[in-house]
Amino acid sequence: MATEAQGEAGGLAIHPMDQFIVKPLLGDGPVGMFTITNVTLWLFLAILAVVGLMVIGTSRRAIIPSRSQSVAEMAYGFIYKMVEDVAGKDGLKFFPYIMTLFLFIVFANFLGLIPMSFTTTSHIAVTAVLAALVFLTVTILGFVKNGASFLGLFWVSSAPLALRPILAIIELISYFVRPVSHSIRLAGNVMAGHAVIKVFAGFAAVAWVAPASILAISAVYALEVLVAFIQAYVFTILTCVYLKDALHPHH
Amino acid sequence: MATETKGAEAAESAVGMPQLDFATFPNQIFWLLVTLVVIYFILSRVALPRIAAVLAERQGTITNDLAAAEELKKKAEEAEEAYNQALADARAEAHRIVGEAKAEMQAELDAATAKADAEISAKAAESEKAIGEIRAGAMDAIKDVAREAAAEIVSTLGLKADQKAIDKAVTAKLKG
Repeated sequence: MATEAQGEAGGLAIHPMDQFIVKPLLGDGPVGMFTITNVTLWLFLAILAVVGLMVIGTSRRAIIPSRSQSVAEMAYGFIYKMVEDVAGKDGLKFFPYIMTLFLFIVFANFLGLIPMSFTTTSHIAVTAVLAALVFLTVTILGFVKNGASFLGLFWVSSAPLALRPILAIIELISYFVRPVSHSIRLAGNVMAGHAVIKVFAGFAAVAWVAPASILAISAVYALEVLVAFIQAYVFTILTCVYLKDALHPHH
Repeated sequence: MATETKGAEAAESAVGMPQLDFATFPNQIFWLLVTLVVIYFILSRVALPRIAAVLAERQGTITNDLAAAEELKKKAEEAEEAYNQALADARAEAHRIVGEAKAEMQAELDAATAKADAEISAKAAESEKAIGEIRAGAMDAIKDVAREAAAEIVSTLGLKADQKAIDKAVTAKLKG
């Protein structure tokens, strides 16, 4: 108690990373694999949001759509067109999978913007799994569909012959860096924004900084709203691009 | 008590990045996979087929409506054409009727004119005849008056008037 008081008196109590702590939802204890934690709660809320928009929102199946139905149809059309344009017609088999990724990330990001919430997509464990799933899908699909000629992806046949081995190494490295950048981009963006908001919120404890701090929080929050959508969009469209590489590996 | 609070505090406030606390990874990954599977099945079994059906139905409705509109437009055009045809027919008919009426009227007029002309000439002839008669009558009356006047004058002069000589003289004078 004494230390806590001392800590409070000694300066500002800014703990920007506290919001990311994974802890059991009920009571204390270690976080086991199947423990119901705050992660579980917010993942479950993301499922509810998806169900709310895509199932309950479209339940009337109206020819002239209601608002929620138009939003659901817009999301459907948005991703459908993206898959068709980027990955091609044969990529449409993977449309439900890509739609799952997009809707999950969008709702997780936006649920994370609710004050006091927990942002599942700010965790590298979550985004790494998403990116690894995409990486594995794309790689396995590439080899199943094209066999060994999938390796042609790394052999840039339009480059001069002497350069090709070097380019092949670069392509190979970039291929394996893909899941890393894919996952860290999303987690990093979301985490940084939330941490910055928390830091500004901590400064608000000092009376004369408070107005500037509140302004800054509003600005960063607005930016975060953009980021929440854009990062979901980026993640999805990169998935489509990787999928295209797997389906049509020749440049 | 102090240590207890300290321990609680350590648990509550993050040291470094909670993202790199590998102890929580299995938990997150497990629940994430559950979430993704649930969302995938909800989308692929319920939501996406439903939305696809709605969109297809809407597309069908729009296509049908457009086709119906096309049909109606065609019908309207046909009706307009028929109307124009009828109008042209009616106009031609009207022209014909007007022409006929005009011809009829002209014929009637001509007949009436001819009749009137005939009547007028008949009346003129009759009048001329009457004038001639009147003129002849007047000439006779003049002769009579002249004869009587001559006989009277002759008798007044105390001569015995020879009727025949007087007549002769009067006729000769009148012929003048």
